[in-house]
Amino acid sequence: MRSPAERRVFTTEPKALARLYLWLGLVAVVTGTLLSLLMRIHRTWPDLAMPLHGVIKPEDYLALVTMHGTLMVFFVLTVVPQSAFPNLVLPAQIGTRGMALPRLNAAAFWITTTSLLVLLAAFFVPEGAPIAGWTSYPPLSALAGAGPGQATGMDLWLISITLFCLAAVMGSVSILATILTRHAPGMTFGRLPLTVWSWLVSSGLTVIAFTALFIAAGLLLSDRHFGTSFFLPSGLVVNGIPQAAGSGTPMLWLHLFWFFGHPEVYIVVLPGMGLASSILANFTRRPVPGYTMMAVSTLLIGVLGLGVWGHHIFVSGMNPYAGTAFGLTTMAIAIPSSAEVLTWLAMVFRGRLRVNTPLLFVLGFVSFFIAGGLTGPILAQPALDAYLHNTFFVVGHFHLVMSMAGVFSIFAGIYYWYPLLTGRRMNEGLGQIHFWVSLIAAYGTFYPMYLAGLAGEPRHYAQLAGPVESFARLIPVERGITWSAFLLAAAQLVFLFNVFWSARAKVALAGANPWRATTLEWSPEEHPTIENGPYGYGAGMGEREDFRPQWERKKPF
Amino acid sequence: MHWLPPNGALRGVALDHLLGWNLTIVFWLFVAAQVLLVLALVRRWAGRSGAKAGDETHSRARYLFLHVVPLLGIVGLYLWMLVTSHGLWAARRESGVAAQAIQVEVTGVQFVWYFRYPGRDGVYGATKPTLVSAPTGNPLGLDANDPHTADDVVSSILVLPAGQPVEITLRTQDVIHGFFVPGMRLKQDAIPGMTGHLEFTPETPGDYVILCSQVCGLGHYRMQAQMRVVMPEQFNAWMATREGAAK
Repeated sequence: MRSPAERRVFTTEPKALARLYLWLGLVAVVTGTLLSLLMRIHRTWPDLAMPLHGVIKPEDYLALVTMHGTLMVFFVLTVVPQSAFPNLVLPAQIGTRGMALPRLNAAAFWITTTSLLVLLAAFFVPEGAPIAGWTSYPPLSALAGAGPGQATGMDLWLISITLFCLAAVMGSVSILATILTRHAPGMTFGRLPLTVWSWLVSSGLTVIAFTALFIAAGLLLSDRHFGTSFFLPSGLVVNGIPQAAGSGTPMLWLHLFWFFGHPEVYIVVLPGMGLASSILANFTRRPVPGYTMMAVSTLLIGVLGLGVWGHHIFVSGMNPYAGTAFGLTTMAIAIPSSAEVLTWLAMVFRGRLRVNTPLLFVLGFVSFFIAGGLTGPILAQPALDAYLHNTFFVVGHFHLVMSMAGVFSIFAGIYYWYPLLTGRRMNEGLGQIHFWVSLIAAYGTFYPMYLAGLAGEPRHYAQLAGPVESFARLIPVERGITWSAFLLAAAQLVFLFNVFWSARAKVALAGANPWRATTLEWSPEEHPTIENGPYGYGAGMGEREDFRPQWERKKPF
Repeated sequence: MHWLPPNGALRGVALDHLLGWNLTIVFWLFVAAQVLLVLALVRRWAGRSGAKAGDETHSRARYLFLHVVPLLGIVGLYLWMLVTSHGLWAARRESGVAAQAIQVEVTGVQFVWYFRYPGRDGVYGATKPTLVSAPTGNPLGLDANDPHTADDVVSSILVLPAGQPVEITLRTQDVIHGFFVPGMRLKQDAIPGMTGHLEFTPETPGDYVILCSQVCGLGHYRMQAQMRVVMPEQFNAWMATREGAAK
């Protein structure tokens, strides 16, 4: 017999797993944010001695970059929208209880936790964390002698990523099986909420993309320890020492990594796109116009997303005709994305807005998705990318379109679904402060990075350096970025306080369906029958109200 | 566009022009979208709401107007971007190198750039990894037994004559480096085991910084070199002294 504590920890109950995933995401996001602040401190005051550490050395800076990127991309932006949220609401949204393959689903959480612990351990081994960036290009990542942190630290990074890939695929198989086999009678494909469409596509992408990364990481570990040379050619001389002959090429890693890396961006942002549509429908009290078009766009983004990875390596010496082809596919994927954005803008402008924090964070999500997304078609042109590649222009681009849009959609989800976790709503005033300060500070942090990139400032530089003419102009910009980053981090303290403050027993209960929503996670019954499509909002829709939930029988005529 | 460093390359003008247009269009689209979002909130606070009950009547026409027309406009924009910039890409990367191009081999080593000119014979001498020894003055591992090696000129500064096409042969000894010359609007990775080729024409004499744009280790940020573009006669004089020194 298991003790109650054991049952609580080794649970297969999806809502309990969602809570555990949220805690894990919190640990990762706090660590990742602190690392980014250290990076900003070093860039602005390079000679400042840090307590317990001293001055941040260039290799320390690269370790911070690597660990910040890895923590945020995998353990925050993937784990929360692709693991925590589906466990929280997916079964309910399709009218079932529990996930298919519950043990596989629960095991995925524990493997993800192990993966996080292995990654964080890299800080505490000799030479510290790896310095090759979150993309870990070989030979830098293949040869222990290529730099500090590239021995044990790099091994731990690779083991962590291998475990994470395994867990991500397991979790996604469970999600796919749940959607395809467990949906309640009446929950047809045409009645799936757009969040479920998103998880259907993002889980399919996860199975494909993370398998590629799993293989790449395995091959790299093999190159490092078993004398293979998948990624290593002949004739290398590292630190004056000739290396063993090989027959591989780093290009193989570049292709495998970005075959994972680009779909990963959609895995991060598709659930947020689905949630944005749902919340906009709710808080404007209107249906999603062109529901079918939105579902098809989601599918198209998933399919096309598998064929655009080459735009990350335009300047790698890849065949220039391939560059042209990848530029074309990338422009193609911008079309369904633009279609979704236009739909959101139309919804915002036509509807009667109920201004609550979930809506505000969705507006923020849309705002960042546009601010970052619009520079995508610029970077998709090989000729222009040949100047902008690996400059701060790219750093600004992906922090806006993936990170800030991703994080704001996560906040929207937490504010929106908080009553499912605690029975209460989060404090609205604190939520609005959190939103406005975060919005302004995030723009202050990431928008100026476009200017730094235009000035020719490359990423991964421990110190500001670049063409002399544009260098001087960047110093005040860099300072502004740092102060904005501090403000952005400080605003999250308001959020953390709100999360715990609003859960107190004193706070009034929110009731069964506090947002007057139509989707099934708000249904008071455990086994509702599904009668309607997902977005029955509008005057005269319900019997007494302006909405008709998916579980409510139609008005008799 | 004044954020970009001054351009010194022949095709940089066209690139700056195109990038300027791209940035301008994208910036105003960004502003328009943000204004829409803010207006929606302001309207709400002012107590007016956009929609009235029953405005679903003309929904098809409305849908066409609000979604399909703007989307077609955006698709047109993407097509324009593709077509215009492809001309530039094709001119840079899909065409052969001019026969009279000056040859320079660029080699990235943690955390230095080396430049080698083939000398009077126009052929680079052979190199061997086992001969690489920076402390003894042979950082590229030149093989003295190869007759083509004798007149090779190895330099830590890239000197080029203004107005002449240049063909860069791009190599690396250890890890991936990114050969980035912001002032020439030029960037390409040096991939171990591969030889990269890059063609450009420096136009304006002056000094330009060469950076590394692919993280390559702890000294990545200081992997910089100088490109000096001079008048052709100065270049010939410099080359003559270096070739003399090589003998």
